Amino acid sequence: MTTPKITARNVSVYYGATRAIDDVSIDVTQDEVVAFIGPSGCGKSTFLRTLNRMNDTVPSARVEGEIYLDGEDIYAPSMDVVQLRARVGMVFQKPNPFPKSIYENVAYGPRIHGLTHAKGELDDIVEGSLRRAGLWDEVKDRLTDSGTALSGGQQQRLCIARAIAVDPEVILMDEPCSALDPIATAKIEELIHELKGRYAIVIVTHNMQQAARVSQRTAFFHLGHLVEFGATSDIFTNPRAERTKDYITGRYG
Amino acid sequence: MNSALVPEAPTGNSEPDQRRPTDWTTGASRRRTRRRYAAERRFRLMGLAAVWLSVGFLAFLLMSMLWQGASGFVETRITLPIALQLDITPDRVVVRGADLALAGAGIEGAVDAAATAAYGAGGAELLSDGAWLHVRDAVEADPTLLNRRAMIDVSAAADIDVAAKGEGTPAAEAQVAKLAAAGALSRGFNLKFLTDADSTDSTRVGIWGAFKGSLMTMIVTLALAFPVGVFAALYLEEYAPKNRWTDLIEVSINNLAAVPSIIFGLLGLAVFLGTFHLPRSAPLVGGLTLALMTMPVIVIAGRNAIKGVPPSIRDAALAVGASPVQVVFHHVLPLALPGILTGTIIGMARALGETAPLLMIGMRAFIAAPPDRITDPATVLPVQIFLWSDEVNRGFVEKTSAAIIVLLLFLLAMNGFAIYLRNRFETRW
Repeated sequence: MTTPKITARNVSVYYGATRAIDDVSIDVTQDEVVAFIGPSGCGKSTFLRTLNRMNDTVPSARVEGEIYLDGEDIYAPSMDVVQLRARVGMVFQKPNPFPKSIYENVAYGPRIHGLTHAKGELDDIVEGSLRRAGLWDEVKDRLTDSGTALSGGQQQRLCIARAIAVDPEVILMDEPCSALDPIATAKIEELIHELKGRYAIVIVTHNMQQAARVSQRTAFFHLGHLVEFGATSDIFTNPRAERTKDYITGRYG
Repeated sequence: MNSALVPEAPTGNSEPDQRRPTDWTTGASRRRTRRRYAAERRFRLMGLAAVWLSVGFLAFLLMSMLWQGASGFVETRITLPIALQLDITPDRVVVRGADLALAGAGIEGAVDAAATAAYGAGGAELLSDGAWLHVRDAVEADPTLLNRRAMIDVSAAADIDVAAKGEGTPAAEAQVAKLAAAGALSRGFNLKFLTDADSTDSTRVGIWGAFKGSLMTMIVTLALAFPVGVFAALYLEEYAPKNRWTDLIEVSINNLAAVPSIIFGLLGLAVFLGTFHLPRSAPLVGGLTLALMTMPVIVIAGRNAIKGVPPSIRDAALAVGASPVQVVFHHVLPLALPGILTGTIIGMARALGETAPLLMIGMRAFIAAPPDRITDPATVLPVQIFLWSDEVNRGFVEKTSAAIIVLLLFLLAMNGFAIYLRNRFETRW
């Protein structure tokens, strides 16, 4: 196996006095999709948000342990959080396009990071990102329409296009399909397959079939603990822990 | 679910005893339905009554103001036959400036003399103190009047004006009847009311001085209160840590918004006039004082508007690597702007109507010239209304109402602007 892209060592997260994540260690390599599964409130989203320091916006949150991106400690004082988030993009549960045009939604990231110097270059990035997000053919004639006027599934793909427009190394997805219908979900899953390899992808999902379909490795969280982490095929066919078995056979969750 | 990870499975299928289907046609059921409908109707009627009551009050206010104030924009004029025998030539009027030349040539005395000649002893009393100004303007427009006998319409004195509008004393009414019989009375739009400043004579007063004073005061208030209020709101919502100090600041700002305005006036008097020795009666000081009052309103409205921006937008911007300042200025502020602007205009409208604090800083002085700079002495519309309503002369009654109409139009324009801004910047989700 190649050197890991993300390495988390003994990570614990506290909200005030409550411990939401307890001593989690995990590796994610560049060319794989890792799924986090587990019942509601198990801390999988919290853990995902530590990977690009989105938990910084929660005043009471505190992170212990180390997380490395390409060997760099992302919680070190020298780490610039703005650059970190450009390198580790994120897609949220509820599609949240900016109330601006489709073009502006995608162009926003490259623009604030100064990734382009000419208008034509920006146009190319927007088109490329929308193409990779599988949205270009649907919106190419109405790039000036508001991003919020699209359907839910299109909005989520627009959010993915927005995330990949700044050319990140990792994409975090926090239950990206939970607000979408089955057809839109299938399109997002197809998209994840296409993006795999180019970006390391970590996806949190409630839907175990989805985890089985899109990921190579799966981590099962329960009550803030990482119960089991291994190849997706093993987790679903031959779980080692009793709790994993109970969860994937639908006995609780 | 700590030890018992697996919840108890439902044991057996011991259904509770079979219920019969509910009968919705019993008397009790029908009564419930009727009562529900009656409650709906009652609620709708009460709402409708409340709306009509407030519309009625508003209509009453507007109608009575228009009814009494409309005549304030109209003046009674007396036709004055006059032959100016002045020691100036038409070309001097043009060259030296009409004001100086004509006033210097004793035009006021000539007008009084003409009035006495036309309407007998006491004829000059029929005319407004400003009657000669009409003659001056007429000569300015047509210098040939200097050399011939002409008929010029001039403003009537206050008591004649009041009597002509049906509210005067018996003596004045008799004079009006005489003038009317002679065909010397006419009416015209009082343009000077819109272009002049305060005066001691009700036929010569104008609203422009107070209007300009109000405008300057509002500009000072807006220039101070808007940036301070918006930045305070942004900092408190987006940056400030949530602790006891910020709680204290929040409570203080809410209290500040509820402090009676007269107290702000005293504060302005003590600080701006007493300590900093800024000029009295000036729009600068009025604006500063009203800014103190308006700022908390803007902070509160701004914080609510900023709270209304969905957190998902902040997350979205942060996740593509926007810095906190970029999140605020690219996303939060533009989305909160309609709400902030609406709150600002409401605060400004309140400041525009404010009288008490301005009395304290000396803006109740009699100011006969419109201000040119924000440090010039000035008065504002509500104070002008207060001053005129206090006058003994009957002629000021309609002027007061007319000034109220001007103030209400100013307010209407401001609120209209607020609605325009809101619609212009509103984001459709």
